[in-house]
Amino acid sequence: MRRRGSYLVAAVCVVVCTVMLMPLVMSVLASVKPTEEAAASPPTYFPHGFSFDSYARLWDYQEGLPVYLANSLGTAVLAIVLTLLLTVPAAYALARFPIPGKEVIFVVLLLALIVPYQALLTPMFLMFAKIGLTNTLLGLAVLHTAIQLPFSLYVLRNSFSAIPRELEEAAIVDGSSSWQALRWVFIPSAVPAIVTTALFAFITSWNEFLGALVMMSRSSTFTLPLILATSRTETSLGGTDWGMLQAGVTISIIPCVLVYFLLQRYYVSGLMSGAIK
Amino acid sequence: MRHGPRGRLVGFAYLAPALLFVLAFTAYPLLQMAWMSFHNWSLLSPPRFVGMANYERAFGDTQFWVSFRFTLLYTALITPVLIIGGYLLALLTARNTVLRRLTRTVVFIPVVIGLGVSSLLWYWLFSSDFGLVNRALLDLGLIGKPVLWLGVDATLSSVAISASVVWKVIGFGMILFVAAIQAVPTEVVEAALVDGVSHRQRVTRVILPLTARTVLLVTLVSVIGSLLAFDQFYIMTAGQPSNETATSVFYIYLNSFPYLKLGYGAALSMILAATILVFTVIQLLLTRRSHQ
Repeated sequence: MRRRGSYLVAAVCVVVCTVMLMPLVMSVLASVKPTEEAAASPPTYFPHGFSFDSYARLWDYQEGLPVYLANSLGTAVLAIVLTLLLTVPAAYALARFPIPGKEVIFVVLLLALIVPYQALLTPMFLMFAKIGLTNTLLGLAVLHTAIQLPFSLYVLRNSFSAIPRELEEAAIVDGSSSWQALRWVFIPSAVPAIVTTALFAFITSWNEFLGALVMMSRSSTFTLPLILATSRTETSLGGTDWGMLQAGVTISIIPCVLVYFLLQRYYVSGLMSGAIK
Repeated sequence: MRHGPRGRLVGFAYLAPALLFVLAFTAYPLLQMAWMSFHNWSLLSPPRFVGMANYERAFGDTQFWVSFRFTLLYTALITPVLIIGGYLLALLTARNTVLRRLTRTVVFIPVVIGLGVSSLLWYWLFSSDFGLVNRALLDLGLIGKPVLWLGVDATLSSVAISASVVWKVIGFGMILFVAAIQAVPTEVVEAALVDGVSHRQRVTRVILPLTARTVLLVTLVSVIGSLLAFDQFYIMTAGQPSNETATSVFYIYLNSFPYLKLGYGAALSMILAATILVFTVIQLLLTRRSHQ
């Protein structure tokens, strides 16, 4: 009875894995079909030939893949840097300094948790247009930082608060300043939280769509999801270039999956502390 | 040295950049949005104060209601699938064996990829002539001719988009449910075993009640996410047919950007923000209570 049950569980697990992996596998397979096969109707399940033609077309599509990759990556890096520069010191202050009205300030800092950014895009667009941040990677990174800030602050503050005071006091006795304590005690002790913060900032920025759609109107500033969404309706031959689209999907997915496999531990713990506090 | 006026000043200096950032890029836009919602403004002409007119207009606007109702229907359709499906997957994989861990990892993969990108993937899978969904259904003899999944019929579009989103986010609930199930003390489960209850009773009488709070929180997070749906509809149906599948966020986007009705878009945003606020407040109250 028990044995039969465990076979059943194993079978269900295999089915679930197959169903979940199938779309990804099919996308990758479609991206390496030769040009004609990729445009065939009805579609083939498995490639009859193998070619990187779809990737070559994507490489040269409009401004070229390198431009869009650089835009996506540049925005993500800026968003990570901005997020850490703002939230590491702030979390330190919240965890260790006697600031009047700290509770109120904390709530203000978490404002973006209460107001969805989707609702704030119109005024943000107007502000960015006025100060010249539309169509810039920095502008989009600022938006992504605003989205990500509450999560980072929350995770980092909890991590700093958990550092034993003795550790810090030992450093202070040696005559170090609060800055040195942050640099030599707090940051090294909170590496997992900092990695989690950076990881989530990357995933948010790399994947974000609506904000980029609103802020970026010049095709040379498009991020990867934006140019792919554009390409689904306009291609040279009139119809959608399905092979190229799936090549783009494959390329967009690779960094996320890679980062997930490398940092799975941080991902899951971050989710626990962020989504369900 | 951390205390007294100097400590306060230093602490505030550490806090100031983040605080200024939030004031500039979240609080100020929020205030401006509230202000805009009482004005008519098209970027071409200067803003003109109109009082509550934008709000009154929204309540009489057919498309506002179409979008609002559609968003609620979509949320009502997808939430139970995500929660029940995610919970069943969690029950399946909660124990730490190699195969179960692997299944968990695999189910979670789509969560880390972008919703925009996954929508582009499913846009192809559900394409009527070039997609594998129709190909497979035709080969299995389940349909006679290719189905026009996206952008022709609102119901079919919702079903197709929901399927793609379930694939994309079901792992999110699952991973949190797994954590909650694993946190159930083993003594409690063993006590139930000694009492000789069946597997199903163990789930319904022991595990489910002890993880109810997580279920509620994941439901709230998931409802909020669905109420804010945009990417999948923009990419997979572009709101078609005739804006029947334009969600609330989609309609705000249409008014604010292509149509440049900034004041009206702001009023719609305020209504959406207020709707979301109800759910967020419940969520915060629940999390807060669990801390005490």
